[in-house]
Amino acid sequence: MPVLKSDTVPIRSDADVVAVRQIVRVWSIEAKFGLVDQTKIITAASELARNTLEYGGGGHMFIELVEEGVRKGVRLTFEDQGPGIADVEQALRDGYTSGKGMGLGLGGSKRLTNEFAIHSVVGVGTRVTVTKWK
Amino acid sequence: MNTTGSTGLRPILERHESTLLANWITAQKAAPTYRPDLIKENELRDQCRDFLRALMQAVQSGSQNVDGSEWQPVRDLLASISRSRGKQGFSTTATATFIFSLKEPLFQLLQQEYANDPKVLAEQTWATSVLLDRLGLYVTEVYQQTRDSLIQRQQEEMLELSTPVVKLWEGVLALPLIGTLDSARSQTIMENLLQKIVESGSETAIIDITGVPTMDTLTAQHLLKTVAAARLMGADCIISGIRPQIAQTIVHLGVDLSGVTTKASMADAFILALKRTGFAITRPTAGR
Repeated sequence: MPVLKSDTVPIRSDADVVAVRQIVRVWSIEAKFGLVDQTKIITAASELARNTLEYGGGGHMFIELVEEGVRKGVRLTFEDQGPGIADVEQALRDGYTSGKGMGLGLGGSKRLTNEFAIHSVVGVGTRVTVTKWK
Repeated sequence: MNTTGSTGLRPILERHESTLLANWITAQKAAPTYRPDLIKENELRDQCRDFLRALMQAVQSGSQNVDGSEWQPVRDLLASISRSRGKQGFSTTATATFIFSLKEPLFQLLQQEYANDPKVLAEQTWATSVLLDRLGLYVTEVYQQTRDSLIQRQQEEMLELSTPVVKLWEGVLALPLIGTLDSARSQTIMENLLQKIVESGSETAIIDITGVPTMDTLTAQHLLKTVAAARLMGADCIISGIRPQIAQTIVHLGVDLSGVTTKASMADAFILALKRTGFAITRPTAGR
């Protein structure tokens, strides 16, 4: 699918999580998302960015404005070089957390977006890609 | 004659002070970063003269170490100039130009002084350049620190400002939340609310999240913790201002808010709080 534009945002601190939310908001408005869809993708981005920071030890978000036929979408890819996730299925289960959170971020992000892919290798890092279509 | 380091500056500073001062000010006024609207020429002249005097004394001391105690007056002066420029609204470039614009007039004088000895001239030019670069970097560093402390102060002020707990009625408190609920802020919020609950002996606290743009699991967790803590102190919390998009997002995230009373608007929450405390609002009708 054609990519209209893309950008990379570093995720190194709490302030960067705010920056992630802001850029996702601007781009989802550009993709003409309604208020509910905007809120959903922003919330998913917030969850995934915080995971990248907390569990991946920081990384970056790659954001793309994509187009497929007449519909537009926003695709976000979060990458870190952290410890990786040994059991992805377990990590996706609601209520499971290896930290202090609620254990809903990863599964919640999956439900908030249209496409969700996670690729994690222990000791190498984690990549989560989500796409939200208008 | 000692030609090592920047000691070659000494005769120039001693003999050509007024020429140097004049040329330096001309150079600064010619620079594109010159801002006559922000600084008066008199003030600039005073700053330049003070700096040249301090520089002369430091050079006369013979010390090459810019970080040493002999250079303390120079550093203090530069720091105060840099700070005042930062507050006046000068850019980093404009602030650093104060030092870097001294290079040209100084090099010209070095050239005149050591015209017969290219080797010494090259050495002196290099040493002077290094010296001014270091002073310039120092100015930039102080400028950056000034800006950083300004930002930090603003952040702290915002933290204070953005978490007011207000009394709506006897026994009813309201906490209108605005902006991002990161951990530092949610900590302050929780402390403020619990403190006010103790002080006022309130039974109900309304937490309004109309001004919170995104409700993610971390925010939800902070809220739930605040509610739980308030409950331990004998106060019930009502969360109000849940907009439709936030409600849908919370459902998709799977956050369970069923243990908390929630309302769409602050008005609804207030009515409920009054009911709980035994008050009722009636409209007095004519004729009664």
